[in-house]
Amino acid sequence: MLRYTLLRILGAIPTLLLVIALAFLMVHAAPGGPFDDERVLPADIEANIQAHYHLDEPLPQQFLRYLSGLLRGDLGPSYRYHGRSVGSLIGEAFPYSLQLGAMAMALALVIGIGAGTAAALRQGTVFDKVVMGFAMTGISIPVFVIAPALVLLLAVKLQWLPAGWSGVTGMSRYVLPVTTLALPQIAYIARLTRASMMDVLSRDFIRTAYAQGLGTATVVRVHAMKPAMLPVLSYMGPAIAAILTGSVVVEQIFAIPGLGESFVRGALNRDYTLVLGIVVFYASLIVFLNLLVDILYGAIDPRVRYR
Amino acid sequence: MKTLRALGLLIALAVGAACGGEDPAGPPGTLQRGLSSDPETLDQHKARSIQAADVIRDLGEGLVGYSATGELIPAAAERWEVSKDGLKYTFYLREGLRWSNGEALTADHFVAGMRRLVDPSTAAFYAAMLADLENAAGITSGDIPVSMLGVEAPDDRTVVLRLVQQTPYLVSLLTHPSTFPIHPETLAEHGDGFARPGKLVSNGAYTLDAWVPGSAISLKRNEHYWNNAATAIDAVNYHVMVQDNSELNRYRAGELHVTSTVPPDSFAQIRKDYGEQLRVAPYLGVVYFGYNLTKPPFKDNAALRQALSMAVDREQIALRVTGRGEAPAYSWVPQGVNNYEPPLSGFAALGKEEREQVARRLYKEAGYGPDKPLRIELRYNTNDTNRKIAVAVQSMWREILGVEATLVNEEFQVLLANMKDAEITQVFRSSWTGDYNDAHTFLSVLQSGSAANMPRYTSEEFDSLMALAARQVDLEQRKLYLEEAERVMLADYPVIPLYFFVSKHLVSPQIEGWGDNVLDYHYSQQLSFKAAQ
Amino acid sequence: MSGNRSIRITGSLLLTVAIVALVGPWASPYDYATTNLENILAAPSLRDMHLFGTDDLGRDLFVRTMLGIRVTLLVAIVASLVSLVIGVTYGALAGFVGGRVDAAMMRLVDTLYALPFIFFVILLMVAFERNFLLIFVAIGAINWLDMARIVRGQTLSLREREFVEAARLTGVSTLRIVFRHIAPNLVGIVVVYVTLTIPQAILVESFLSYLGLGVQEPQTSLGALVDAGVKHMEGAPWVLLVPASLLALTLLCFNFLGDGLRDLFDARHTS
Repeated sequence: MLRYTLLRILGAIPTLLLVIALAFLMVHAAPGGPFDDERVLPADIEANIQAHYHLDEPLPQQFLRYLSGLLRGDLGPSYRYHGRSVGSLIGEAFPYSLQLGAMAMALALVIGIGAGTAAALRQGTVFDKVVMGFAMTGISIPVFVIAPALVLLLAVKLQWLPAGWSGVTGMSRYVLPVTTLALPQIAYIARLTRASMMDVLSRDFIRTAYAQGLGTATVVRVHAMKPAMLPVLSYMGPAIAAILTGSVVVEQIFAIPGLGESFVRGALNRDYTLVLGIVVFYASLIVFLNLLVDILYGAIDPRVRYR
Repeated sequence: MKTLRALGLLIALAVGAACGGEDPAGPPGTLQRGLSSDPETLDQHKARSIQAADVIRDLGEGLVGYSATGELIPAAAERWEVSKDGLKYTFYLREGLRWSNGEALTADHFVAGMRRLVDPSTAAFYAAMLADLENAAGITSGDIPVSMLGVEAPDDRTVVLRLVQQTPYLVSLLTHPSTFPIHPETLAEHGDGFARPGKLVSNGAYTLDAWVPGSAISLKRNEHYWNNAATAIDAVNYHVMVQDNSELNRYRAGELHVTSTVPPDSFAQIRKDYGEQLRVAPYLGVVYFGYNLTKPPFKDNAALRQALSMAVDREQIALRVTGRGEAPAYSWVPQGVNNYEPPLSGFAALGKEEREQVARRLYKEAGYGPDKPLRIELRYNTNDTNRKIAVAVQSMWREILGVEATLVNEEFQVLLANMKDAEITQVFRSSWTGDYNDAHTFLSVLQSGSAANMPRYTSEEFDSLMALAARQVDLEQRKLYLEEAERVMLADYPVIPLYFFVSKHLVSPQIEGWGDNVLDYHYSQQLSFKAAQ
Repeated sequence: MSGNRSIRITGSLLLTVAIVALVGPWASPYDYATTNLENILAAPSLRDMHLFGTDDLGRDLFVRTMLGIRVTLLVAIVASLVSLVIGVTYGALAGFVGGRVDAAMMRLVDTLYALPFIFFVILLMVAFERNFLLIFVAIGAINWLDMARIVRGQTLSLREREFVEAARLTGVSTLRIVFRHIAPNLVGIVVVYVTLTIPQAILVESFLSYLGLGVQEPQTSLGALVDAGVKHMEGAPWVLLVPASLLALTLLCFNFLGDGLRDLFDARHTS
């Protein structure tokens, strides 16, 4: 197990390097720089700024400078937010994205698995069709439509929930963003669970369990749930990536200062270091999480060990 | 089982993490304002965005300021004198000025601030604000030491500025945050990171209490401010709301007292629903289409330029497309600028039909027609209003002249780079907002060699008129020269001015003291909550 | 819904939508680009032939929606084909060659999964001039990983089948085996997954439009129309509802079509 883990981590390093190089090139390839604006700088002041941030050096040199900084754990200064380091910016923004993402994932799992299981148990009935129908709305309407619609209805008209994020105390400000972020995943997980549960429930060992006189609840909980969860577990990787993508939109709409929102802002502002820092951070995070999922998978299903 | 436990852990983690809600809503009586983007810094010398300036104006104070209706008023300085030749300004500071930590604010703090502004190592964006001070140019290029700047403090309460040429609008320049004083000990102790909560020492009506990047900035009353007794509101929260629709929602939900803007699409509805809460005022800015004058087809083709400009129906654009009370622009400098009457483009007096006729004639004269249509690219940066205007103008050009314009939507930085290169641009959308209330801030843009001169307009006549105006001490004379310069420029059609900006805000009926002014400055210290009935 | 029924219903719905999108605009006197500032945000009415009303620049929404459908379908299908070509080639090669090469290729896929692709797409669109072709490439590049994995799995199992053994024994070249024997058996599963990646591609395109990085004016897509319509949710709801319902319909159809095809395919193979 340990060897497997180490090998996986080692294998990820060249890819990470490739990722960083690619991102570096793309950001620098974009026309415009972090200090450009319509209010144009007089030439000598611009030269001062460029020198201050090493932007006048040749690209390969800038890249190496960045890499050596990375090795020291230094992600560099933000080009846009004077006096702030990328590390501190990411450190402040990440908890918001984490909170949002974790809650959305949790919600999606609870509702998705619950709905999917319930639908599987009542396969073919009206209940099944209705539940699945609801689930499908999550993947057929884009987030940037659902979110404003919900805000309009629940926050502005009915005033049941806050319309914004900053300055609002308590849990209520999480309800709308987390729900909108979770909706597409609820749909996928419900569908996956339903299909998988239906498959598991039709197997022999389940029939045996029923024959032994066990009630539905027990059968599902004790015998069916674990094997049925395998496809859901494999979906976790893409699910996390999808929540990441969705968070970009949700954070913008609700003005939540998370990493997704920071990234878009950084890309549009040509804040090179911030953008690179976020890419490196997320890539490393996802590698780690995938590894975690693999280990969990191995722990659950004794048939799967190393590949 | 392990999965269930892992799941449970995940949920607990998420919920637990969420329960630490930290940014405070503030006690009742806190002013909640919207801010359209997160300030890049609150260091007054490094800031460049309008949003940063808005917040810094609440934190700090310069020698002079503006009243709610846009008149120059004394601020840290109680009075000032100008020498006869216009080259020496003496400012007398009030008694008992203090920083937010209780220490005395003296004249050499202003001197220190101005020196830091022009110091090349600060790389300050607005260093040019003080370009007319003695030795400023030499200092910024690194040839002369900073201490030689033409500003000094003969005693603790006097600041003297010496200029190299008359600058009639100098006093209005000194309202700009980049000229605010600096507390040297704070700078020495914290270096570049001094503009943060807990470190920043401010001399204005408020202090910096908290700053959640990308989300909110909280200000608290500065008890040591000289005019603290007149400050009605104890605390101000600026909420960073990049999306104007989200900001509107928060206002409608009662979470904001003042918005930074109003979304264009719901404008008509908002005017109906909110009536007096909607505050629209002319704003010192012009939106225009610029021509690339360095390349064909617009190089040396005034007739073509004029034709295209005349074919644009500015009234329709201002009324239907932007629709927020913007004024159609027939000049470059907006109305309402201090001591100035902008001349209008020649065709402003013509009716729509006539204009179209003349436009068609000029188009033919320029060598184009139905069998030889003009094919050009119109560039604009990604923004809904810009898109709509571009589409509308494309349509107008096609119907009236038969021009085939291709729309190119570029992200702002890309457009900026292209405009600066002047290689592939033909017609591009741009805008200019004034930094101070004088025609010079607009007209100087089109001088040869100005880095902001995107069309690359050069005219000897224009340049010499501008130079003449700069030498005038008599304000009336200066006005005449500037107006003549603009007349000359407009007759060359280097740009197509479209409309002048308006500032638009929703202001809660609970708030008093809001004044409409052409610079869109709204100091929090001038606002107050209406007394409860 | 049972497999065959859902295939028939969704298939015919999609076909209808596509045909109307192609032919519909001829029935209207308006084109998609002419603005009419006197008549913005007009409600649908038959009297002046604005079947779906007008948008915020007075352009006819019926014609624009039809254009939007065409563009969305085009982008989605082409992008999916791009990911198909890349994914199938990669996966089939890995699965067939097997051994260490396969392990290495799949390791690469695994680590590529780790990339926050959406960031790269954004960077790509930001770095290069907004290019219609680039959208296809960008979206296609996101989806090929799944395809590669599925195809590789399928190839692995096919490889062990008798007819392949036979072909190998009789000395048929590797390339020929892949093309003549393996590929035709992949068609089923590939079709299923293409139908399932199309909705993803559509959503990514609408997300790009939301960010302002999608299709250029005066062209439009369903995603761009929906994004423009959100702002008028209260004042002129049809500007949102029409494209949004069509978008939802298209997505649902593709999803159910894919499901139906998958059931069909599974049924055929679990005999």
